[in-house]
Amino acid sequence: MSFVLTEEQTLLRDSARVFLAEKAPVVELRRLRDTHDATGFSRSLWQSFVEMGFTGMLVPEAHGGLGLGHVEVGVVMQEIGRNLTASPFFASSVVAVSAIVHSASPAQQASLLPPLARGERIATLAVDETSKHRPDQIALRATRTERGWQLSGQKTFVLDGHVADWLIVAARTTGTPGDEQGIALFLVARATPGVEVERVVMVDTHHTARIRFDKVTLDADALLGDTKDGAVAMRAALDAGRVAAAAEMLGLADEVFARTLAQLKERKQFERRIGEFQALQHRAAMLYCDIELARAAVMFASSQLDARSNDAWTAVAVAKARAGSSVNRAVQEGVQMYGGMGMTDELDLGLFMKRARLLQELFGDAAFHADRLALLRQY
Amino acid sequence: MPTSSDLETFRQQTRAWLEANCPAAMRKPIPTEDDLCWGGRNWTFASEAQRQWLERMAARGWTVPTWPRNYGGGGLSADEATVLAQEMRALGCRPPLASFGIWMLGPALLKFGTEAQKREFLPKIASGAIRWCQGYSEPNAGSDLASLQTRAEDRGDHYIVNGQKIWTSYADKADWIFCLVRSESEAKKHTGISFVLFDMASPGVTTKPILLISGKSPFCETFFDNVRVEKKNLVGTPGGGWEVAKYLLTHEREMISAIGDRALPKPLGQEAAELVGTDEDGRLADPLLRAQIAEFEVDEAAFRLMLERLGELSKARQAHPAYSSVLKYYGAELNKRRHELLISAGGSDALEWESERSSHGAAARAWLRTKGNSIEGGTSEIQLNVIARRILDLPGS
Repeated sequence: MSFVLTEEQTLLRDSARVFLAEKAPVVELRRLRDTHDATGFSRSLWQSFVEMGFTGMLVPEAHGGLGLGHVEVGVVMQEIGRNLTASPFFASSVVAVSAIVHSASPAQQASLLPPLARGERIATLAVDETSKHRPDQIALRATRTERGWQLSGQKTFVLDGHVADWLIVAARTTGTPGDEQGIALFLVARATPGVEVERVVMVDTHHTARIRFDKVTLDADALLGDTKDGAVAMRAALDAGRVAAAAEMLGLADEVFARTLAQLKERKQFERRIGEFQALQHRAAMLYCDIELARAAVMFASSQLDARSNDAWTAVAVAKARAGSSVNRAVQEGVQMYGGMGMTDELDLGLFMKRARLLQELFGDAAFHADRLALLRQY
Repeated sequence: MPTSSDLETFRQQTRAWLEANCPAAMRKPIPTEDDLCWGGRNWTFASEAQRQWLERMAARGWTVPTWPRNYGGGGLSADEATVLAQEMRALGCRPPLASFGIWMLGPALLKFGTEAQKREFLPKIASGAIRWCQGYSEPNAGSDLASLQTRAEDRGDHYIVNGQKIWTSYADKADWIFCLVRSESEAKKHTGISFVLFDMASPGVTTKPILLISGKSPFCETFFDNVRVEKKNLVGTPGGGWEVAKYLLTHEREMISAIGDRALPKPLGQEAAELVGTDEDGRLADPLLRAQIAEFEVDEAAFRLMLERLGELSKARQAHPAYSSVLKYYGAELNKRRHELLISAGGSDALEWESERSSHGAAARAWLRTKGNSIEGGTSEIQLNVIARRILDLPGS
């Protein structure tokens, strides 16, 4: 079954729903924004994530994690989307853990994964170098030295890069930008000399970093795994992130749609509830169809990742593209149907719209993934 | 509950049986709706293979795999039926029988029919002996179906039916009709309707095909002039036909939505690339068309998953009863998009109407036919109304 949650997954959803609605609702994001919090999330919330077991979801049991899958991650991400919860869960517990699991040697996994599962360390994947996501265009160079490696180049849009203890840097060891191969992943402590981090607050109040690597000298064991499978591991980590982001967009769309329906049922104009107007009813119904399409695509892609299916690439592209266009429609319609109030900062709709836009862009927008689908299908 | 090893055994037996019994000619894709086997009293089999395939499948009850065995069905569980469908798809087996009896009337009879009606009608649907048509729409009752005016006058043991239906699919080829009639003239709009069955060979029934923009005539006008209908052929209660009609419509919607999922031999983008040509990197040479097709294929893939999800939700008894409207709406719109893109890819070739190379305008005719997808079985606008009211619980005006 790919489309119906098991009993355990339903329990997880229910507990994540109660926990996040209580501990990290939308007002919490407002507080972070209005106090200009430099961390961008609450450390005590992060500790609660550890206690809930979220930080170790994708970490194998042998390394102190729960050994759960992407369906379970998706369940939590949907609740994060409903509440606009800011935390390093996505960057560290999903994407970075996936990158390590798919690339690192057994010894590296044994030393890196337990502190990530315990939430004592935060890691993040640094891929993008340009404002559009083009993972095959990586130019940041890794050259061999006597001691190990030297990195030079820059990265942008690195999620939580300003607080991450470890940066997992996708660097080119051979070839030129545009080559799919020749990519390797390196573990770089943020405090390493030559690493220059600029904190960037994004439109949705979540924090990222622009990072410059100026002749950063690394030991040989900074290379995760070997240079051969770096591109494969990077893609696996990106796909885990894409599906998780799609799940967050789905949860966000569900929440915005629920609020929009409430408005249609309450707001009166011309002595009628505006939900009686067919023009609005039809738009709401079309939006519902779009969200249902996204739901099927997200659930399927999560289960394909868990099944390690050869066809998972297609499913991931469909989920990221479809969730992106569905959530976009949901936030547009939300603001429009709330009218002038939808434009105010007092209502939360703008916060949802900002987060939705960032998630659409993250790890490839709908056009990127439609193009990817076309390439996979050879046309 | 069958165990997974039981299902695996069933799968192996099914595959072996299909390999031994499905004629090679019945393992090729179906070019058009006309190449399906529709059965019925006047059916002429297109080939010996078509006849054999129907007879062999009907003998096992596999034209209607989940219906009970004593009504001509296969008595399969939902899981077994899924396995059968998967194995048929894997071998490329055509459906042995296309039938409004199977897709629409059968489920309604199983729910609302008397024991005598089930025994009389279901086995002949399953074997393809009787071909059915649907008498719903009237000239003044389209989207507002409940305003229908065809009248049934109570004459004790029978009714006398007078009136006119329109858009009756294949009325000129069908043997029997399931028909909505107004039997209680004083009652309110929805409560005066009855659901009756009668023979299209009855005195007083005439049909007239309607020429469509595709140049084909799959629909008819159907006229009833003092047609005698036996009361034993009333399904449900007198005046209770609307409930039967609505239940049947959900099945019709699922049937039509399946066209959004009609598997082409290859992805639309590949087909278009063959028609338009490719650049040096192998990409479809028209970048804007390629982008539109890629966007379409994302939605098509998601729609297919939505159908699969409904299957699982139904098994888990979590499906919303009005969900068929979501599938009907989206499937119809998707199929229209698909054929618009196919015409764009085909260019002027796709607009040839009378020529050998175009198979007499096959692409253009198929494109025009799809314009009916968002009209038949309840328009897209009606589906959106149903979603708004029944699923989203928006207030009525």
